[in-house]
Amino acid sequence: MNPISFPHLRLFAENLTCRRGGRLIFEGVSLSLASGEAVSLTGRNGAGKSSLIAMLCGRLRPEAGRIGVEGADEAELTELCHLVGHRDGLKTALTAQENLGFAQAVLGQPAATPVEALAAVGLAHAATLPVGYLSAGQRRRVALARLLVAARPFWLLDEPMSALDTASQAMLTGLMRDHLAQGGAILAATHGPLGLNEARELRIGP
Amino acid sequence: MASLIDLANPTRFMRLSAVLLPWLAAAAAVLLVVGFYLAWFSAPPDYQQGETVRILYVHVPAAWLAMMFYSMMALSALGTLVWRHPLADVAQKAAAPIGACFALICLVTGALWGKPMWGTYWVWDARLTSMLVLLLIYLGIIALWRVLDEPSRAGRAVAILTLIGFVNVPIIKFSVDWWNTLHQPASVFRMGGSTLDPSMLWPLLILAAGFTLFALALHMVSMRAEIMRRRVRTLTILEAERLDRLAAQGAPA
Amino acid sequence: MRRAFLAILRRDLTLAARAGGGGELALVFFLTLVVLVPFALGPDLNLLSRIGPAILWLGALLSVLIGLDRLFQADEEDGSLELMRASPLPLEAAVLAKGLAHWLTTGLPLALATPLLGLLVALPVEGVLPLVATLAVGTPALSFIGAAGAAVAASLRRGGLIVPVLVAPLTIPVLIFGVSAANAALGGTVPFRTPFLILAGLSLASVTVGTLAAAAALRSAE
Repeated sequence: MNPISFPHLRLFAENLTCRRGGRLIFEGVSLSLASGEAVSLTGRNGAGKSSLIAMLCGRLRPEAGRIGVEGADEAELTELCHLVGHRDGLKTALTAQENLGFAQAVLGQPAATPVEALAAVGLAHAATLPVGYLSAGQRRRVALARLLVAARPFWLLDEPMSALDTASQAMLTGLMRDHLAQGGAILAATHGPLGLNEARELRIGP
Repeated sequence: MASLIDLANPTRFMRLSAVLLPWLAAAAAVLLVVGFYLAWFSAPPDYQQGETVRILYVHVPAAWLAMMFYSMMALSALGTLVWRHPLADVAQKAAAPIGACFALICLVTGALWGKPMWGTYWVWDARLTSMLVLLLIYLGIIALWRVLDEPSRAGRAVAILTLIGFVNVPIIKFSVDWWNTLHQPASVFRMGGSTLDPSMLWPLLILAAGFTLFALALHMVSMRAEIMRRRVRTLTILEAERLDRLAAQGAPA
Repeated sequence: MRRAFLAILRRDLTLAARAGGGGELALVFFLTLVVLVPFALGPDLNLLSRIGPAILWLGALLSVLIGLDRLFQADEEDGSLELMRASPLPLEAAVLAKGLAHWLTTGLPLALATPLLGLLVALPVEGVLPLVATLAVGTPALSFIGAAGAAVAASLRRGGLIVPVLVAPLTIPVLIFGVSAANAALGGTVPFRTPFLILAGLSLASVTVGTLAAAAALRSAE
């Protein structure tokens, strides 16, 4: 694995308002996420954590407010963000390795090979198994391995710790530390602790 | 029934079928060779249809096997739903492609026979049409097996579909006959009429027996493959979980 | 870019080969439709052979449309559409790759199967090749017009028949020129070339418009 070093970038959002289906989800949310920083996004269920993440990666247009990147072209925002959401983005009929190979080809900026990435999440033995054979926790780890096959500075993680056992949670914490050390940044919506001491907390909603 | 219960255990079935299979295959081969020899060299050509009548020796056994395999599937479906026999859905899954193949052979030979008889490969004759509908039902069942990937859940769904199909087959047959006579008052041509000369009947019976044994041997091979496929699947999943636990213990955070 | 395009194409072809569904079901459905027609019309081969191209075209059209609702829905449900949205590859190219894979696994096999199904409706020998040609040239239009409908329905929880209902009216021109080209080959006043070239033009236009529309629909899904 070649060592990766990201340039200094800052993702910022100012006074975001989110309205879905006519209902106001949140308003006045601001955020700054620079290289090497981690933010844990907390809030009640339905406070809009997933919506905020969808806005940051360009999937959802904010009703008001501004999202931008310092140090890069704004249009590239979607190509700077890595999203691992509730849905694993895996095809059950394909093997873990094929799934990651597909993600690598589609996302571009190749970093680790699929096999290396699977080894990093402790699933080297499952590389050639169809994902349909894997348990929910194992699938989640395959989805997280996607973070390693393409080098993107901003990791946007939606409940990354769910479905993971303690050992895998520690593994993920390790991956996040490495990413921060490489100059990456992490925003993670979470209920529990991320295990990162340096993480700031951003609480949205009441 | 006792033998069925003995066979219920897949391991015992594997052992028994391994012993039985060579004998079954050998018997099928002998009967087929003798039957084809008789059909080819000893049976006379028909005074009306000439040499083409020999297609009958493949066509009729194929038709009979296509129907027999569907009945076997219906029986297996009952086994799945009523007796929860662990091998029933394996038997059912293995039977479907074989039955479909014989239905297809029956249709293709029927079409090849039809060309010199009718001047066209296909006529919507009642028997051929019913066989075509049977093929469609087979294809539907095979497609359902392919779409559902959890074997135990797929088994019940397919069993229900198979039984519905089985109840329907006589109704379809009756309807098609009625539809056909409505449009064609006089049946132009009947395949394998009831009055066959013994010189033709014997090769036909021998070949029918040979094809049946051959199909049963295929079915057994197919069942063995399916049992092994499921074992491989289960073992793979277990192994992945075991290695996962090992990896978790080996590298505690 | 090319790598991403080929990856989507290859993945969809692999999925079609491995998981079943889609293409092979369309073939069986096609056969079923063709078998149903004589039960309604009667087994008169003269009649069937006269309307054979129409039966086969209708059958192929319905078989393509019925399965289309899963084209993007499956990717939306498991989240892999998110990956394509995050790709540097324009969404239009992703749609093109998926539509191409859909045609290769559905439309092309249907066109190639028509000589066999032609036997069932006593299609005259000289009509077989032109019919295969019209289907091979016309089915891309169905895949891509359909893709636009499928993209609209991608995020709907209860898609089902909505895609055929949306798309069927839009396929009428393709049906008209496809059937008339196939019929022209069996004799008549119009030469085969005229409707066939119009069909090819419709197909090219549909591929372009369908791709752009589907990508736009996927982008504005939320």
